Amino acid sequence: MEIPYTIQARPDTGLFNAKLGIWLFLASEVMLFGALFSTYILLRTGAETWPRGWEELNIPLATLNTAILITSSVTMVMSWASLMMKDFKKYRRYMASTILLAFGFLVVKGFEYGHKFELGHFPSTSNFFAIYFTLTGLHGLHVIGGIVVNSYLLGPGSKMWATQPGRFTNRVEIAGLYWHFVDLVWIFLFPSLYLL
Amino acid sequence: MEQVATSHAHADVHGNHEESGFWRRYIFSVDHKVIGVQYGLTALLFLFFGFTLMTIMRWQLAHPGEPIPALFFVVPIAAIGILVFFASGFKPSINMLLGALFIGMAGIVYYLTSGDERFPGGIMLPEFYNQLGAMHGTIMIFLGVVPLAVGAFGNFVVPLQIGAPDMAFPKLNAASYWSYFLGGTTMLVSFFVPGGAANSGWTSYAPLSVIATTGQTMWLIGMIFLITSSLLGSVNFITTIVQLRAPGLTFMRLPFFVWAQLVTSFLLLLAFPPLEAAGILQLMDRVAGTSFFLPSGLVVSGQPLQNAGGGSPILWQHLFWFLAHPEVYVLILPAMGIVGEIIANNTRKPLWGYKSLVYATVFLGFMSFIVWAHHMFLTGMGTTISTFFQTTTMIISIPSVIILTALVLSLYGGSIRFTVPMLFALAFLPMFGIGGLTGLPLGLAPPDIHLHDTYYVIGHFHYVVAPGTLFALFAGIYYWYPKIVGRTMNTTLGKIHFWGSFVAINFVFMPMFIQGLAGVSRRLYDGGQQYAHAQGVLYLNNVMSIAAWALGAFQIVFIINFFWSLKRGKVADTNPWQATTLEWQTPTPPPHGNFLKEPVVVRGPYDYSLPGHATDFIPQNDSDHSR
Repeated sequence: MEIPYTIQARPDTGLFNAKLGIWLFLASEVMLFGALFSTYILLRTGAETWPRGWEELNIPLATLNTAILITSSVTMVMSWASLMMKDFKKYRRYMASTILLAFGFLVVKGFEYGHKFELGHFPSTSNFFAIYFTLTGLHGLHVIGGIVVNSYLLGPGSKMWATQPGRFTNRVEIAGLYWHFVDLVWIFLFPSLYLL
Repeated sequence: MEQVATSHAHADVHGNHEESGFWRRYIFSVDHKVIGVQYGLTALLFLFFGFTLMTIMRWQLAHPGEPIPALFFVVPIAAIGILVFFASGFKPSINMLLGALFIGMAGIVYYLTSGDERFPGGIMLPEFYNQLGAMHGTIMIFLGVVPLAVGAFGNFVVPLQIGAPDMAFPKLNAASYWSYFLGGTTMLVSFFVPGGAANSGWTSYAPLSVIATTGQTMWLIGMIFLITSSLLGSVNFITTIVQLRAPGLTFMRLPFFVWAQLVTSFLLLLAFPPLEAAGILQLMDRVAGTSFFLPSGLVVSGQPLQNAGGGSPILWQHLFWFLAHPEVYVLILPAMGIVGEIIANNTRKPLWGYKSLVYATVFLGFMSFIVWAHHMFLTGMGTTISTFFQTTTMIISIPSVIILTALVLSLYGGSIRFTVPMLFALAFLPMFGIGGLTGLPLGLAPPDIHLHDTYYVIGHFHYVVAPGTLFALFAGIYYWYPKIVGRTMNTTLGKIHFWGSFVAINFVFMPMFIQGLAGVSRRLYDGGQQYAHAQGVLYLNNVMSIAAWALGAFQIVFIINFFWSLKRGKVADTNPWQATTLEWQTPTPPPHGNFLKEPVVVRGPYDYSLPGHATDFIPQNDSDHSR
């Protein structure tokens, strides 16, 4: 017996295995970031003084990064849509742009971090910077994770297109769901750290 | 394990498993059955090691200030190791590996019971007692019971019971085991770093844990591996149960054990990430110098701590217990599932109130997320919050009582077979009952103020986990051993193991209630000798220690039985217990891919003693008997 529903959806649940798997994984990620956001709220409401986000952080750079990530989510969807339309060339182009945009996000973030260090702002400086570096750092690790997965799907992993196109399309779809989640976390991080 | 090797080879003739070597097949396998056995053996070794740490603590509690007889602890373990190692006949096999691991464990125990940094002049230092306490809890819960209950039984039994060829994601499954293995190794290695292992209790309360020695950093890293492992496992279990059920196996036809595993997996999936968050924050506090859990103006050994301050130690407790209360149900639900299977099988009756059992389990899982702060009544949360958590705690006791009642009522009118698994399953009922009922006073703030952090609490949760969960897990081992190995474990040795453990374990934990009600605090390294109010109950320390060592001796009977039965146990056929569920309707041991052809389920899980049939059991996939 072989493992069923790796490509086709199970009729009564309407899902293939990996799709259910990734949604469950994302649920656990919600709990992870949820706990960190709760920590942020609890520390901030309990603090005597807490700086306003815009006083310490660079809003224009963060806005640029928001735009970069949202664009990368669009290119991610386009890469999946290209596969659905059997256009592998277009898939490669969109997937490569997604990866490049993700690198762009990290470069901008790197400049932001560098500037903070120059000013002598470290995680140990205050709880504001502690939560800022922890949340954005963990989000950055998730971006790196996305780059690794997407690069695999662009490079060695794409050989599967020749043998099992349906399964490969599913893989791109679940990588996309993860990538949208990473995008979504940033969309929560941006206002709560920079704008409040 | 020789037997497994040969029977596997035999079964492979029917399956489609390519021929592969020892390493490929038993060490780096992605087959759920092999991973289940790997989880089981590793977890059993950790359970034995965690238990040994406790026996060392019990020396200090019974004889504070007296030199420790190290060989008393080392020799039995070394003897088991040498016996098992020699029994392997010096061929590379799992016997040989396990023998070597036991000998290694004896070495670690010798290291831990000697040396000037732990036992100057043979007398235990208080700091080392703290390490033993913290690591006993951590190892028993995160490396012993959960991996055995979920990793081993879940992995081996669930795909078979739902008629699936394997887990939904076999490679993630292997990754889950190896992540667990790395986490366990990290925890073990932490005993050897300067300052020793973590010593802030299994709860790692801040700020003490933040300023503790290097062992605590190792603990945090180890925990992150273990959390990753349980995350991969829980995603896999839920997907497997939802997606890979055989045709006809609707949710209401699932064996109760599968339901228990499903709810457990949701708890692991959603409760562990906040602990991971907390672990990351504590790691930041320790490594990057942040102050998430350090309040302003903290003074350590007369010196003000150089940190930004403004953090909250209570925050750690909230994040920790948000995991650790659902964790209690992670410990107990699979045990209830096992007991349910065994009771139905040995009473030859359907479980009483199957639907109530299922709904109660789901409700229990949901409620377990909103009771956590009943561990924190003494932190000054305020009466409103206390009232909320007291109320939810009283509510969550209702589904537990429903489950226990349904299991007890299932016995009524049955022609009970008193097999070894059934003895353990029957003992589970009153033992878990004692554990559960003694928890009620702790869930209400007024009595909790008196009982908090006393031996009463230790007695309470040990009754739930040791004679509760662990007895159920032993029941599971005796019950499914024939499916894994093809031989039944020896009944006489099993009964000695059961009765000995049953008597000894009650002598270990019952006196704790007496000490706790007298006000003796937990975590005292001299067992309360310095306190006037403890003098009247100090003699119990000796009773408990002797009982604990006796309990250890009876576990050696189990270990001997386990290895002896591998080669000499009574040969079991496909379905030795005459059970109805699907795991017994496939060859023993099941081939790669589990079933020779896809099973089609036509009935509920417990069709025992249906009137008008030749046999008193009808397998779930048996359509010949359908009316």
